[in-house]
Amino acid sequence: MKLGKLALTVSATAVVLSSLLTAPPALAQVKEQFFPVLVYRTGAYAANGSQWANGYVDYLKLVNARGGINGVKISFEECETAYATDRGVECYERLKGKNGGATVFQPLSTGVTFALTEKAPADKIPLITAGYGRSESQNGAVFTWNFPLLGTYWVGAEVAIQHIAKKEGGVAKLKGKKIALVYHDSPYGKEPIPVLQELGKTYGFEVQLLPVAHPGVEQKATWLQIRQQKPDYVLLWGWGVMNSTALREAQATGYPRDKMMGIWWAGAEPDVKDVAEGAKGYSALTLQHGAEPNSKVVKDMLDLVYAKGQGTGPKNEVGQVLYMRGLLSAMLGVEGVRKAQERYGKGKVMSGEQVRWGLENLNLDQKTLDGMGFAGVMRPVQTSCLDHMGSSWVRVHTWNGSKWEFSSDWYQADEKVLRPMVMLASGKYAEEKKLKPRTPDECKL
Amino acid sequence: MGFFLETLIGGLMTGMLYSLVALGFVLIFKASGVFNFAQGAMVLFAALAMARFSAWIPESLGIDSAWLANAIAFFLAGALMFAVAWLIERLVLRHLVNQEGATLLMATLGIAYVLEGVGTSVFGTDVYKIDVGMPKEPVMILEGTFEGGLLINKEDFVAALIAALLVGLLALYFQKTATGRALRAVADDHQAAQSIGIPLNRIWVIVWCVAGLVALVAGVIWGSKLGVQFSLATVALRGLPVVILGGLTSIPGAIIGGLIIGVGEKVSEVYLGPMIGGGIEIWFAYQLALLFLLFRPQGLFGEKIIDRV
Repeated sequence: MKLGKLALTVSATAVVLSSLLTAPPALAQVKEQFFPVLVYRTGAYAANGSQWANGYVDYLKLVNARGGINGVKISFEECETAYATDRGVECYERLKGKNGGATVFQPLSTGVTFALTEKAPADKIPLITAGYGRSESQNGAVFTWNFPLLGTYWVGAEVAIQHIAKKEGGVAKLKGKKIALVYHDSPYGKEPIPVLQELGKTYGFEVQLLPVAHPGVEQKATWLQIRQQKPDYVLLWGWGVMNSTALREAQATGYPRDKMMGIWWAGAEPDVKDVAEGAKGYSALTLQHGAEPNSKVVKDMLDLVYAKGQGTGPKNEVGQVLYMRGLLSAMLGVEGVRKAQERYGKGKVMSGEQVRWGLENLNLDQKTLDGMGFAGVMRPVQTSCLDHMGSSWVRVHTWNGSKWEFSSDWYQADEKVLRPMVMLASGKYAEEKKLKPRTPDECKL
Repeated sequence: MGFFLETLIGGLMTGMLYSLVALGFVLIFKASGVFNFAQGAMVLFAALAMARFSAWIPESLGIDSAWLANAIAFFLAGALMFAVAWLIERLVLRHLVNQEGATLLMATLGIAYVLEGVGTSVFGTDVYKIDVGMPKEPVMILEGTFEGGLLINKEDFVAALIAALLVGLLALYFQKTATGRALRAVADDHQAAQSIGIPLNRIWVIVWCVAGLVALVAGVIWGSKLGVQFSLATVALRGLPVVILGGLTSIPGAIIGGLIIGVGEKVSEVYLGPMIGGGIEIWFAYQLALLFLLFRPQGLFGEKIIDRV
C-alpha cells in the first residue's frame, strides 16, 4: 500500500515537472508559426499514413534548420486521427486555436475534408488537400478556404484516360473498350466516377464500377467479376491494404498487371513492396513527384535533419513516394506563409486569413522550385483567387519488381473537360449552401 | 455454370479461413464462457511476431535457409503467444473469476487495445512480409468442360487445407482428451468445475495458449495472403457472423458457419451486388447471421441455454 502511494506521488511529481520543463514560454509560442499536423500512425492505414506524416514533419524541421520562414520558426503538434472522420474533426477542434492559432490544416482524408469544408470558413483557416478532397473545390470563388493544390481526383481520372488512350493509339480506339474502376467505397473512392462516366459517353467506352468495402481485405468476389467481365483496363482507386490486396487478387486470378493503373494514392512502396514480383508492370499516376531519393531536397534533409539525429522516421524511407507527398504538402503550406509575408510583413507570424491570401497568390516558378531543391521533382504551381489548384501536371510510374520508375512523359489535365464540371458542381454546392460566390473584383481586395 | 462453380469454390475456401478465425472465438468461449474480443488483436500480434522474427533471425544468426528461419520464427512466435496467454491469465482473468459475462467481455476489449498498441510499438506499423512458400499463381482445371476452365487459387486451396487440418485436430482434442473434457466442464460452470478439482487457472492458461496458437496459424495464413499490417486485426470481424451463425459453443458450427458465410457473401456480391450498387459482401454476412438469430438465437449448432427461475 505504501509502495503504491509512493509510486503515485512520484508519478504525479514527474508529470508536473515534465510539463513545466517541456512547456515552451508563452512569448516563444506567439513568435512561432503554428502548424497542426493531422496524422494517422495507427489503424488500418498506418503504414501509408506514417510515411506521409514523417515527410510532412521532417520538412517543417528542415525549414527551421534553414532558419525558419524569413526568420519565423515553425512549431507543430501532431494529432492522431486513425483515418476516422470523427477523430479528424476532434483534432481540428482541439488544435485550431492552439499556440496563437492554426496556420493551415491538411487532414489527409477526403472524409475529414468533407467535414471540415464547412468549418474552415467560420474559423478562417485554410485547408490544403494536395491530391485529394473535393474535386470541385478547385473553384476558389465558392470554396474560398479549400486548396486542392497540384491536382484533384478528377484530374487523376482524366489523365488516366489520356494515358490509356495513348497506349491504345488515340482516343478513337477507346470506343467499345471496357474500363473497370475498383474503388474504395467511400467519398474518396467515388470521386472519379462522374469524370469517367462523362468521358465514357464522349469516347464510347464502358465504365464498370466495382466498390470494395473498407478496409479492402476481402476482394475475391470483385476479382471474380473482373475475370468474368474481362475489362480491357482496371483503374485502382484504393488506399492502404486495399491496394496490395487488389494486386494479389489480380495475380491470383491471372489479370495482367500491366493493364492496371492506380491513382497516386495507390502507387507507393507500401502498396507493392510486399507483392514484389507479383506487382511487376503495374502503373500508377503520380502527383508530379515519384520516389525521389536523389533530389536535392532529400539530400538537404539527410544533411540538416537526419545527420543531427532529428529525423522523424526511418532514414531508408526518406525520399520514398508517400514521404515525398508529405514533404511537398508541408512545402506548399510553408510557401503560402512566405507569400503572405511578402504582403503582410516579412518576419511576422501570419494569421490563417493572411495565409489564405498567400495560398491564393502562390507563384512557384521552376527557378524558385529548383532553388528549393525540387528540380526534377515538380513543375511550377500558380494559383489565383478563382483557381485553388494551381497546376495539373501528372506523370505515370511503373513498378519494376523492386522500385518505381517513371514510364511516361508529363501529362496535363484537359481543362476543357474538367472546367465545366467543376463550375457545375461548385455552383450546385453554392446553391445548396446558399453561398454567394466571390467575383473577380472581390478577389482583388 | 463454370463461373458459378468458381464463385462457389472461392467462397468455400474463404469460408474455411473464416472458420479458422471463428475457432479462436469458439475455443475461448467454450472453455471459459468469455467472448474474446481480443481474438483479432491476437492474430495481428502473432503475425507481427512471426513476420519480424523471420526477418530478424537470418540477419542476427546468419541463417540462409528460409525454411529454417521460418520454423524458428514460428516456434518463437508460438512461445511469445504462450507468454501472452500466461500474462492474460495472471494479470486479468484471475481477478475476474465468477464475474458477469459483460465484465469479462470488457476485459477482453482492454486486452485487444493493449495487444494492438504493444504489437505496433514493438514491431512497427509498416507492411511486413510472411513468406512461407505459399503458391501465388492460379491453376486452371477442367478446361475441356468449361469455357476458359475453372480457376483455382492455389494459395487459398493450401490455406483451406491447413485450416481444415487444424480445425479437425482441435475438434479431436476437445472431444477425446481429458484436458478437453476439463475445458468443457469449466465452460459450463466455474464453481462446479473447481469443486471437483479442476484447476481453473491452469485450464484458462491452456485454452488461451491454444487460442494463441490458432491466432498464430491464422496470422501466418492471412499475413501471407495480405501482408502483415494493422488491418489483420479486422480479419477477426469476419469471424463474428460465423460464430453467430454456427453457434458460439460448437466447433462443427464454426466450420459449417464459415462455409455458409464464405459462400453466401461471394455469391451475393457477384450476383446480387451489381443490382444494388455492389460492395455488399461485408454487411450481407451480418444480415445472414441476423436472420439466423431471429429463428435460432443459439446458432445452428449452439447449445440451447435454459435457465431455471
